[in-house]
Amino acid sequence: MKPAPFHYHAPVTVEEAVTQLARYGGDAKVLAGGQSLVPVMAFRLARPGQIVDINGIEELDYARVTDGRLHIGALARHARFHDPVEPGPLGQLLSTVVQSIAHLPIRMRGTFCGSLAHADASSEWCATAATLDAEMVLVHQTGRRVVTAADYFKGFLMTDRADDELLVEARIPLLPAGTRFGFEEFSRRAGDYALTLCLAVIRVEGGKVTEARVGVGGAEPFPRRIKEAEATLVGRAFDHAACRRAAEFAAKAVDPMNDTQADPEYRRDLVLAMVRRALEKCLA
Amino acid sequence: MTDRHDIDLHINGDIYRVSVEARKTLADAIRDDCGLTGTHIGCEHGVCGACTVLLNDQPVRSCLMFAVQAKDKPIRTVEGLAKGDTPHALQQAFMDNHGLQCGFCTPGFLMLAAGALEAKPDMSEEEMVHVLSSNLCRCTGYHNILKSVKAAAAEMAKAR
Repeated sequence: MKPAPFHYHAPVTVEEAVTQLARYGGDAKVLAGGQSLVPVMAFRLARPGQIVDINGIEELDYARVTDGRLHIGALARHARFHDPVEPGPLGQLLSTVVQSIAHLPIRMRGTFCGSLAHADASSEWCATAATLDAEMVLVHQTGRRVVTAADYFKGFLMTDRADDELLVEARIPLLPAGTRFGFEEFSRRAGDYALTLCLAVIRVEGGKVTEARVGVGGAEPFPRRIKEAEATLVGRAFDHAACRRAAEFAAKAVDPMNDTQADPEYRRDLVLAMVRRALEKCLA
Repeated sequence: MTDRHDIDLHINGDIYRVSVEARKTLADAIRDDCGLTGTHIGCEHGVCGACTVLLNDQPVRSCLMFAVQAKDKPIRTVEGLAKGDTPHALQQAFMDNHGLQCGFCTPGFLMLAAGALEAKPDMSEEEMVHVLSSNLCRCTGYHNILKSVKAAAAEMAKAR
């Protein structure tokens, strides 16, 4: 229950951090909030020889709007989103979703980008990034690249990030005024990882749905938008029947995981319930 | 391989100069190197909340931080709550309302509630339940813990 020995590095610039990541490769782990990394080190499921603690890189502590997108730096902690970080629907959405992330002391330390780097299947922020087509900015020693959420999440705890890359920023497009959202998750105890969660984002104009985003997390190895559910909503009236129909499409479309917590059929039922409830929150 | 660091931990206004391995958690350093055993260690992986302390006045799990990360930052533990022989309003309220049975989880609950009430003195009961759901009490005395925190919040409001 004590982490194995490691060498500790505390860079104060991104350049320094990526130099260390380039030097140590797969032997290094980036430490941001540490709320997932430290437990797996305590269990010795992870035994990195080098820890690169980025908490001293003050320039990465931000969440600000530029060019119609919210830019979230690698040191923006969950608690920063308790109050809306911007006045539009996106700020409201993030301050709603953050309430379901673990517990208050965890939210004081854990970071938005750290969740995306860890890429737990049930992560609220990963589902948010997938649903809203976030972009991830990855920096390495000789340059940077931007990866969209659809290409970023690769599998269970797996992302497109290479060992020598630092996730310095996530960018989320702002949502137009009047955008509705609903978030629902099911977990067995308060603060637990969700067995299944859904983030629904809907725009209705002239009585018809003009844009629909239905993101599901926890059911499959990584979160994604469920196109089948979205397609059945767009262009039609938005009512309880529409929510039910979309939820049925989503439940058919997913390929649920099997683990000790829940079997695939139970997770499929949860997808049905979570998608319907998240969409119904958009009705009001 | 030992990676040792000589650091200062600022706890309850005192400075403790300690030499710690990088892998030593803040919880272990507070207990073993600083001798402040009021901070308890339960699960050692961030689930139970027994090790909750205030870092920069915010409640954090001290088992999910390395001591070296906390160097030079203000830390408050349960030993810093009372003023001399006068218990903190939360400590008094826990005594008055049977807010503890075995007492193992109590330091964590006290520091969690202290940090949360300082940040938001007028928390609703619903918000308190949400905050307190962070920590585990295996005697399952949650009802009286909530009652204690409500009583302390009222007492602290009077004192303002």
